[in-house]
Amino acid sequence: MSIVNTIIQGTLLGGLYALYAVGLALIFGVMRLVNLAHGDFIVLGAFVMLALSTAIGLPAPVALVIALPFMFALGWAVQRLILNRTLENDLLVPLLVTFGLSIIIQNGLLQIFSADSRRLSLGALETASYSLGGITFGVVPLLTFAVAVVVVLGLSLLFYRTALGRTLRATSDSLPIVEIMGVDPRKVFAVAMGISFVVITVSAFFMGVRANFDPSAGPSRLLYAFEAVVIGGLGSFWGTLIGGVILGIAQAVGGAINPAYQQLAGHLVFLAVILLRPRGLLAGSSI
Amino acid sequence: MTAMLETRGLEVFYGDFQALFGVDVAIAEGETVAIIGANGAGKSSFMSALSGMARAKPEQIMLDGQPIGGTPAFDMVKRGIALVPEGRRLFPSLSVEENLLMGANGRSVDRGWSLDTVYELFPVLKERRSQAAPSLSGGQQQMVAIGRALMANPRILLCDEISLGLSPAVIRDVYRALSEIRRRGTAVLLVEQDLGAALKAADRIYCFMEGRVSLSGKPAELSRDAIRHAYFG
Amino acid sequence: MAAYVSLTATRTSRYALVASAVVVLFLLAAPHFLPRSLTQDLLLIFLLVVMAQSWNLLAGYAGLISVGQQTFVGLGGYGLFAGAIALSLDPLVAVALSTVVVTLLAVPIGALVLRMQGAYFAVVTWVVAEVCRILLAQWMALGGGTGTSLPGSAISSTSLVRWVGEVYDVRAPAAREIIIYWIALVAMVAVIAAVYLLLRSRLGLALAAIRDGEVAAESIGVDIWRNKLIAYTIAACGTALAGALYFLSNGRISPDAGFSVLDWTAYIIFIVVIGGIGTIEGPIIGTIVFVVLRSTLSDHGPWYLILLGALGIAVMLVAPKGIWGVFSARTGIQLFPTRRRLEPVAPPSSATEA
Repeated sequence: MSIVNTIIQGTLLGGLYALYAVGLALIFGVMRLVNLAHGDFIVLGAFVMLALSTAIGLPAPVALVIALPFMFALGWAVQRLILNRTLENDLLVPLLVTFGLSIIIQNGLLQIFSADSRRLSLGALETASYSLGGITFGVVPLLTFAVAVVVVLGLSLLFYRTALGRTLRATSDSLPIVEIMGVDPRKVFAVAMGISFVVITVSAFFMGVRANFDPSAGPSRLLYAFEAVVIGGLGSFWGTLIGGVILGIAQAVGGAINPAYQQLAGHLVFLAVILLRPRGLLAGSSI
Repeated sequence: MTAMLETRGLEVFYGDFQALFGVDVAIAEGETVAIIGANGAGKSSFMSALSGMARAKPEQIMLDGQPIGGTPAFDMVKRGIALVPEGRRLFPSLSVEENLLMGANGRSVDRGWSLDTVYELFPVLKERRSQAAPSLSGGQQQMVAIGRALMANPRILLCDEISLGLSPAVIRDVYRALSEIRRRGTAVLLVEQDLGAALKAADRIYCFMEGRVSLSGKPAELSRDAIRHAYFG
Repeated sequence: MAAYVSLTATRTSRYALVASAVVVLFLLAAPHFLPRSLTQDLLLIFLLVVMAQSWNLLAGYAGLISVGQQTFVGLGGYGLFAGAIALSLDPLVAVALSTVVVTLLAVPIGALVLRMQGAYFAVVTWVVAEVCRILLAQWMALGGGTGTSLPGSAISSTSLVRWVGEVYDVRAPAAREIIIYWIALVAMVAVIAAVYLLLRSRLGLALAAIRDGEVAAESIGVDIWRNKLIAYTIAACGTALAGALYFLSNGRISPDAGFSVLDWTAYIIFIVVIGGIGTIEGPIIGTIVFVVLRSTLSDHGPWYLILLGALGIAVMLVAPKGIWGVFSARTGIQLFPTRRRLEPVAPPSSATEA
């Protein structure tokens, strides 16, 4: 039973990792940018909601709803003001500029909020759980997983059922040809980053209610997100969800063997994937 | 003849490499003009500059007497200059219809081109509307590329090597479509290696050699020898 | 005149060589007359230059952006501690042994991370560093997660320390610092010379070809993967040596200090970017700028790091070639020319014709 339990808890944890990952996958798919500040933006989102709920006394879910448009605007602005200026360079400049942003965000949060661990509060819901066949399902992990599925579904619909999604897929195929179609790529990129930031904020909410966070928590979130994307195989958002679940299970199994091995097990599974199938487990399909 | 689109001393550089050295070309409303020339003569650079993909100085490209050189590609198409790029360059992960709809992003005025009229022009595309673009034959892909550019409702259609890699029968079909496009009032600027096709379709031709115009005129008034000399040097 | 020859040495570069030799001699003698605090700053500069040259070899010449060079700093440091504590080796022997072992380890690590390209390569190097940090936190003999210190006996007993102590009339710890200072200076000169010579060798030619276009490079027979792996391994060697020397001088190591992405990657990237990526002069200038900024601003905590981040981004956006790149482009001066240049052969002067 405990193995089953471990796998179920790992799967639910994987929902959180998938939430971290889809925003990263979206940006890489559309503009071939790996945003090294992705994890730090997640932590920033959590602190924004923390500030809203502690300073104004709003419940965390209300803070989330208020933070969403704000974070969309922030993502849009980061892209328009900074990252769009890096587009002409293929690799070095965008990578190092996002790395610089990561340092700035971490230390900005440290300056404002100190290094203390924080948490978003959901009241009694935090500890609520169902029991089924001897296995305990926490309400928050279940909710996280359900939201991850909804976010993946929503992004897939956006990509495959809307004009914006069509433009995003076309941009992913070929930037110069999209331009001769009359599309200003800088605007498309800004909207894509805005959407990524909406997903970032949702993932930040669940990160914050599930566990403690502090200003230095970003890089490990980036690594989890990246690992889920690569394990899933850069193909579709559904692949990213599966990648997140595999990573979550790996961590849960590692943690069950020895708590010190939780992160290590996730990293090792990831390294095994790039050793054996560098294009990911579900390589082949496109976003 | 009053020119709608005109280049005046157009120069194109790629870094230190100069591809065009002062090219003067003019095309009137509704006219069909062909650019011919050997490989490396600068034909594609010319198309890149007109479509906004390569840099040019403002006064080097004039539209209705207004300088538009160096306008970004996404604005060029909104001014009515749409490109059918060399090699077709469809979006591989989009369906036929989605490819056509992408072209509609460049529309600023309605000149009668829509999904319906494009399907009228190329009925086979309607049958295959939901297929992935790479699953089509070369000729059908070329039709998608032309239809996609038409969706922008251009005043002038730039066609870069549209017969490349196609069979003679398919080339005939494509050129038949071009004359229909022209009949509906759209000007066509062709870059073409197939000399026969170009001479037949065009009202006027320009021959490029080593980044310069080596010959221009109406096909009927140019001798074969003059063309051969302008083409090969 | 149509004839061109390939040239990579200039007259300026020959003057630079002489000037460099003078500077190195001065630095060798510096412990005689400079105060200890200044030689400690210089030691840090030497080690940062070594790490920056190594990162620059990857990013500036091989096109490999690593954000995981802390892997080799930490492994170099831990190798030293393992040798000095578990094997009871003389620390200087342990530094050498550690550098060799970590360099060998870099081959399989490089083979793994080079399975990813571009931005993906960057993140994978970071994952590897995390794995090393977690694994070494499990090594209880070296203090686990809290780390450990070098035992006093491992430091002062060598005859070299005693000799330096007698010559300079200082106690063992100070004598040890002087020895580390010299070794670090020699290491810096050796690494600069090695990178310079490497880039002028076949490897440099291959890397230049790869950077200009991988497909084209492959078509002329350049084994891209192998050349990248060589560059990766050499960079790991330099980084591990600097890491071992840093933690020998520090006397204490922990997983968080050894595998710090801030100390060993963010600062190094800042140094190379500010100084000028893809040049040998850049990392040296960047290090000096960095150490000056650090000594004047580091009291301001997070603000100092925010400033570094913002400065790095600004340079990337406005002058991506950095201080030396801008200077070199303006003046045409190259002290250590590593790029192959084509120069016209001097035309015969008209005077001789007349």
